[in-house]
Amino acid sequence: MLAENLRQQFISVVGKKWFLDSPNELHAYSYDATPLLQSVPDAVIIPVSVQEVSTILHMANEHRIPVIARGSGTNLAGGTIPVQGGIVLNMNRFNQIYEIDEKNLTATLGPGVITADFHTAVEAVGLFYPPDPGSMRISTVGGNVAQGAGGMRGLKYGVTKDYVMGLEYVLPTGEVMRSGGKNVKDVAGYDLTRLMVGSEGTLGVITEITVKLLPFPATKRTLVVYCRNLVDAARIVEQIIAARIIPATIEFLDKATMKVVDDFAKLGLPLDMASMLLIEQDGAESQVVQDIEKIADIARRAGAAEVRMAATMEEGAKLLTARRAALSALSRLRPTTILEDATVPRARLAEMVQEIERVASKYNLQICTFGHAGDGNLHPTCMTDERDREEIERVEQAFEEIFHAAIRFGGTITGEHGVGMTKSKYLHLKVGEGGIELMERLKAAFDPNNILNPGKVFAKRDRRRIVVRQS
Amino acid sequence: MTAKTPDLLDPLLNSTRQSHTEAPPAPVTVAARDALLDKFDMAELQNCMHCGFCLPTCPTYLQTGLETYSPRGRIALMKGVAEEKLSLDAEFEKNMYACLGCRACETACPSGVAYGKLIETAREVIEDNKTRQGKTSLMRKLILRNVFLHPKRVRTFGTTLWITQALGLQKLANKTGLIHILPREIAEMQHAVDKVASPSKRKERRRIFIPVVGGTQAPWKSIPKIGFFTGCIMDEMFYETNQATARLLSKAGCDVVFVADQACCGALHAHSGEKSGATDLAKRNIEAFERASVDFVVNNAGGCGAALKDYRHLFANDTEWRERADSFVAKVRDANELLVELPPLTFHKPLHVRVTYQDSCHLAHGQGVRNQPRQLIQSIPGVELVEMSHPDSCCGSGGIYNITNFDMSMDILDDKMVDVQHTKARLIVTANPGCLLQMKEGIIRSGLQGQMEAVHIMDLLDRAL
Repeated sequence: MLAENLRQQFISVVGKKWFLDSPNELHAYSYDATPLLQSVPDAVIIPVSVQEVSTILHMANEHRIPVIARGSGTNLAGGTIPVQGGIVLNMNRFNQIYEIDEKNLTATLGPGVITADFHTAVEAVGLFYPPDPGSMRISTVGGNVAQGAGGMRGLKYGVTKDYVMGLEYVLPTGEVMRSGGKNVKDVAGYDLTRLMVGSEGTLGVITEITVKLLPFPATKRTLVVYCRNLVDAARIVEQIIAARIIPATIEFLDKATMKVVDDFAKLGLPLDMASMLLIEQDGAESQVVQDIEKIADIARRAGAAEVRMAATMEEGAKLLTARRAALSALSRLRPTTILEDATVPRARLAEMVQEIERVASKYNLQICTFGHAGDGNLHPTCMTDERDREEIERVEQAFEEIFHAAIRFGGTITGEHGVGMTKSKYLHLKVGEGGIELMERLKAAFDPNNILNPGKVFAKRDRRRIVVRQS
Repeated sequence: MTAKTPDLLDPLLNSTRQSHTEAPPAPVTVAARDALLDKFDMAELQNCMHCGFCLPTCPTYLQTGLETYSPRGRIALMKGVAEEKLSLDAEFEKNMYACLGCRACETACPSGVAYGKLIETAREVIEDNKTRQGKTSLMRKLILRNVFLHPKRVRTFGTTLWITQALGLQKLANKTGLIHILPREIAEMQHAVDKVASPSKRKERRRIFIPVVGGTQAPWKSIPKIGFFTGCIMDEMFYETNQATARLLSKAGCDVVFVADQACCGALHAHSGEKSGATDLAKRNIEAFERASVDFVVNNAGGCGAALKDYRHLFANDTEWRERADSFVAKVRDANELLVELPPLTFHKPLHVRVTYQDSCHLAHGQGVRNQPRQLIQSIPGVELVEMSHPDSCCGSGGIYNITNFDMSMDILDDKMVDVQHTKARLIVTANPGCLLQMKEGIIRSGLQGQMEAVHIMDLLDRAL
């Protein structure tokens, strides 16, 4: 709990209704979608304007109170766990789309707009915002920007960071900053917009976002490829890319993932197969047809057991929606589901898939793999039980090996979920000690008192994933 | 309280965390764990991996934007109470009763969490705890225990309602403002109640509807014998709808029997934590329909149907009754479900009207019956079905929710009416009495009387026969 005089001051900023600190309320903001992590904040504040955010940050900075900005709490790296208490700043009342600029093909919106709602709004005027993280039906665009979220269309269209053109954000001092804007070309000084994207709420609180839009593709087709073993699927992906075809999406599911997704979505998948690929191409009709035929041909020649075209766009959409639910559906198998997002260059995909299989059997764990095969971003997911400390220890070791393998293949420890708490001990593998030090200096320039989302991204090296729950 | 250097993953964190956060007062003594808390199904609570996929489908989360009003939040709170991190107190009670119980979250949940069961258990724990402390809400005692457990009393309620209406007392009370002696919630909702059937009319009910001869060949070898489950509220307030349903089933070639000695389905009891009441009612119904030896147990109220289909769970520790429940449940069908399997009805009166269909939550999310009612509506000549956006999002009725959480219910209803009006439909078709009343209330609230009408799907089909 905050001291009574502070409580009153915060209440005077946002009003009683938007300041929450009863036991149930605090408990409900003690977690996000990350397994095993939980920690209660001291207050939850839900501001509605940049002025309110500015005042709150200024006060928190004065009193050295941690502030954790949060959207819908769907991140998977512990990014919004208030691990040192403090204030959870829920930004979901910033839920307005201020402008869809059809002349400049940009949109300006509040960080609390739900990603899928934003899709609907721009698609209504024939425009397209490609970033589509798995949780897009509830995740906020602000959360996507802060976490540098990816999605299924990364292969052809890139990810959130490729669409953010401008930002308004607030520093711990309460200063309101603006960076970037609607200009396609803009090299005036450091690219602070890019720096803010993926900074996980550690540098500032984002209050407004300007993004780039594209024309909505004329049509799309979905192809399903079934394989009798895992590596065939990975090889097919490599060969498609090598043939100079860039589909919008290539998603990969292994057998266990296929089974749970089928249980949930009732798709009637052939469960005797070892893996499947969901491939979608969009664009002009003739190009799409040509690409899909070529892809089907490559898949058949590379050993696919079956290649099938979705009969309608709806059927294709249904398959992709089911794929989005893969992670949650996997949790049907065991009480705890831990997934990571180790990523490798596309050409190393087959090796990475084999490595994950090897590690799973070495540590005697059930690890399912699905993910965005087209961009080398896999989601090895371990089905375990948090109550079994010994097994959790093995899970930790297995993931450590997987991260090392990813780095060895020229990949990264996290493709799209962020470092947060769960990967901070591996950050040095990717960016080096010098990289961490430089990042820490940057952090100090923005937030010298370390009030913004403390305990994230940087951490001591000697930690293990442990169950952090308030007692 | 300061922002410390991050040393967060220290295994001693559990204790460090407490040092700067004054957690809610935990039980001071190391007293034995409250046995009540063992009722929580920890394995099922654990199945929720808090991905948040349920949030956009939850009507109360959409209204408030607050995690405590979401299924994910409520499950976290249940877990908190079960693990004794939170107390079983008034705040927890308020949060558990703020849920409509629409179960839209179950449809959205990729992990397959049985949320409906979890919320019922949470309420059961709350109620048991209150009983232990000698506190029971007047409403609960009055209605759930003293009325619905006794079929005769439900009938008396219907008769009273009829007398009130027949004597014009309801109108008079509304006119004079005398109605305001009722609690605001009930005063508001009674506007929506239609004229109920008179006691003498009810007495005339034929016990059996004979299958219409000359109908198309049924898919079954012999004529299916249907035990009609009338439902208590349904039969008092929407007597004619039950009659219409029986007519439709007999037209489709069935033998329909109004089974004697049946009781309330127990849904309201189960949803409100009155498990023993629900169990008693279930036993009475299973016995009554066993005696009648029917092929199907058919009802026309989504809420009742879901409760009937769920009887097995009431007898987790009773093998004999669980088996009897299983064979009962195997026969239960919603009228919509059965009618699409029967030979198609022949309609003689085309209805030239645009309609929209509001799913009953417990029919759609609870029983997975979504296409059948739509199919039936579209089979009526002249009827144009226009879907509203989010037709399977709750209207805010939620059993007795519109009485217990009146303001939230009306906010949800007002949003629903906006979706309804976009369809420009003249009829809102529903498949459950609670939804029907709520939609009638919605029409009144949006000032659309005379332009729009809410109707039960069975009445709509009957009109076209």
